[in-house]
Amino acid sequence: MWNTVFPYLLSGISVGGQYALIAIGYTMVYGILRLINFAHGDVFMVAGIVMVYMAASGLPLWLCIVLDLVATAIIGFAIERIAYKPLRTAPRMSIMISAIGVSYTLQNLVLYITGGLNQIYPKIPWISDSITIGSATTKVVTVVTPILTILLVFALVMLINHTKVGMAMRAVSKDFETSQLMGININSVISTTFVIGSFLAGVGSTLYFTNYTTVIQTSGAMPGLKAFVAAVFGGIGSVPGAVVGAFIIGIAENLIKGLDIILFKMGLISKPMGLAIFSDAFTFALLIIILAVKPTGLFGEKSIDKV
Amino acid sequence: MKKLFALLAVVLCISMLASTAVLADNVVKIGVFEPASGDSGAGGKQEMLGMQYANYETPTVEIGGETYTVELVYADNGSSTDKAPSAAQQLVSSGVSVVLGSYGSGVSIAGSQYFADANIPAIGASCTNPQVTAGNDHYFRICFLDPFQGTVLANYAYKELGARTAYSLAELGNDYDQGLATYFKQAFEALGGTVIADSFPTGTSDFTSYLTNAQMYSAEVFFCPVSIAYSTQIVQQASSQGVTFPILGGDTLDSNVVANAAKGTDVNVTITTFYQEGANPDFDNGFKAWLNSNNEYLTNNGGNDMIAAVSVMGYDTYYTALEALKAAGTTDSAAVKAALPGVTLTGVSGSIAFDEIGDAIRTSAFVKKVDNASGDWNFVTEQTVD
Repeated sequence: MWNTVFPYLLSGISVGGQYALIAIGYTMVYGILRLINFAHGDVFMVAGIVMVYMAASGLPLWLCIVLDLVATAIIGFAIERIAYKPLRTAPRMSIMISAIGVSYTLQNLVLYITGGLNQIYPKIPWISDSITIGSATTKVVTVVTPILTILLVFALVMLINHTKVGMAMRAVSKDFETSQLMGININSVISTTFVIGSFLAGVGSTLYFTNYTTVIQTSGAMPGLKAFVAAVFGGIGSVPGAVVGAFIIGIAENLIKGLDIILFKMGLISKPMGLAIFSDAFTFALLIIILAVKPTGLFGEKSIDKV
Repeated sequence: MKKLFALLAVVLCISMLASTAVLADNVVKIGVFEPASGDSGAGGKQEMLGMQYANYETPTVEIGGETYTVELVYADNGSSTDKAPSAAQQLVSSGVSVVLGSYGSGVSIAGSQYFADANIPAIGASCTNPQVTAGNDHYFRICFLDPFQGTVLANYAYKELGARTAYSLAELGNDYDQGLATYFKQAFEALGGTVIADSFPTGTSDFTSYLTNAQMYSAEVFFCPVSIAYSTQIVQQASSQGVTFPILGGDTLDSNVVANAAKGTDVNVTITTFYQEGANPDFDNGFKAWLNSNNEYLTNNGGNDMIAAVSVMGYDTYYTALEALKAAGTTDSAAVKAALPGVTLTGVSGSIAFDEIGDAIRTSAFVKKVDNASGDWNFVTEQTVD
């Protein structure tokens, strides 16, 4: 039984970790700007493409990774400055539409540069190697991902709770105008949020594409969407919520893919029923259920309407 | 002085008009309905390369006693059935006489009605699903069909590989994938084997759980007739999961992109396809020289000059279209459509003739396998079905 479930669990934890790193970007931006940054999944994809081209230019791989993360953070910063900041006083819907615009711009830019051909992500030594754990053979990155995710989230929570920038972030997310009156430079706080979010998406992209090595312009769409669902699931605005949500979705999705064989081995069904088809349907059905039962998500704050 | 300029400008304008008018008289437009982006972008580009090479080799055609210059009009159907209609309309409105393509049966079916409405014939190069040509009189194709290909693959898996349990994986909502998977299942079960069929949603990049499924069912062969973008993922993930079963695929996997993904791993990738490099050295050498003459062509071919079977099919489709234009004696699309059923020619991929449905009469498929050390395709056998 354990031998049957374990490989799926392992894939699930790994995918969950990657979703988590993207979901944090969604949740942080939402927490501060009340904006769903639709371009976030594409920032993740661009990080992958930048890495492909950097590695092709012949730079040493460790330098590529560092530069890639820096470049991704800069891209996130630039997007905020160019597409969102000028709309700070506009209705929230306008920023949302601007975000959709950025998403399509990035996708089409990459389509233009790559010519629509799928790019193979460079092999990063050690984490690309295969290892066997119990009944499953997988890449080292599968095991590294959840550990690295937990470490990064821990660092992030520390930053939010115990530093001046973190305090400013919390203040801005509680009340935008008042924090401005208290002398907080909200532009720099917002920029910091985008830089952190994009940086984590960059780390996520390195881990994700090491596992799933093909990058095309739409590569960010599905992971982005799933991470968004994870963020909503965990309670959008809450960092630990996004992480827990991401792990639940990653694991559930992979267990569904293997549900047939698990039920089969348990003797509950006599022949495969093709349940794997429902892996994505499940993710989105879960979103609907959560929104219906607990609109603020697992860890979401109760919203208090100020009169 | 001013007057002189004005006069000069008028003369220039008139001469320009005149020259375009002369050109327009002698141009026949052929539509290229292919994916240049999306999941099948890599394959679509290789098929287009075949057409471009054929156009480079034979840029003119004799129609009704006059020499016409062939102009290829491109429309990117984006590998997706929701983008295909607008690409098809784009071709219809630019006034093409005949359409070539598409790579991928789903997009061909999605665009089909627009060509039918405009009375424009279409010639598929590598779309193997029966529904492309079934029930209409304007869609033709020069390749074999999926029932045939599925049977060949099932026979190969059962008899040559000795597999009794097969795991088949196809993309949801993709007519090509689902069709071929169904025909494979029918043929394999008729032989006495068992098939476990799964489908994955579009946009999936995590295939580890599907590979685990196959391992858990102790499948002896993994059949995945999927788009190139997915197949490279599957091959690489199969390698890191240390699978022991061979991966079997259809004509879509015949690409150096897939061979490159399998290079340096120990995954056995075996496929059926339309053409084997080396079968026609004249064509091979000419095509390679042409590819190497331009960096863009090389990039579109996946970075090296290995010949993909779809390029050959694209090449033959172009010549089939020229034959049809010659037979019609006019650039009128309705006449070309009427002339197409009678067209026969000997292409690089073999002799081409159409049956009453509009399908090419083909009786054999090539089986190829990746050489894991060099990343080349090795010829295994030419398989026929009795």
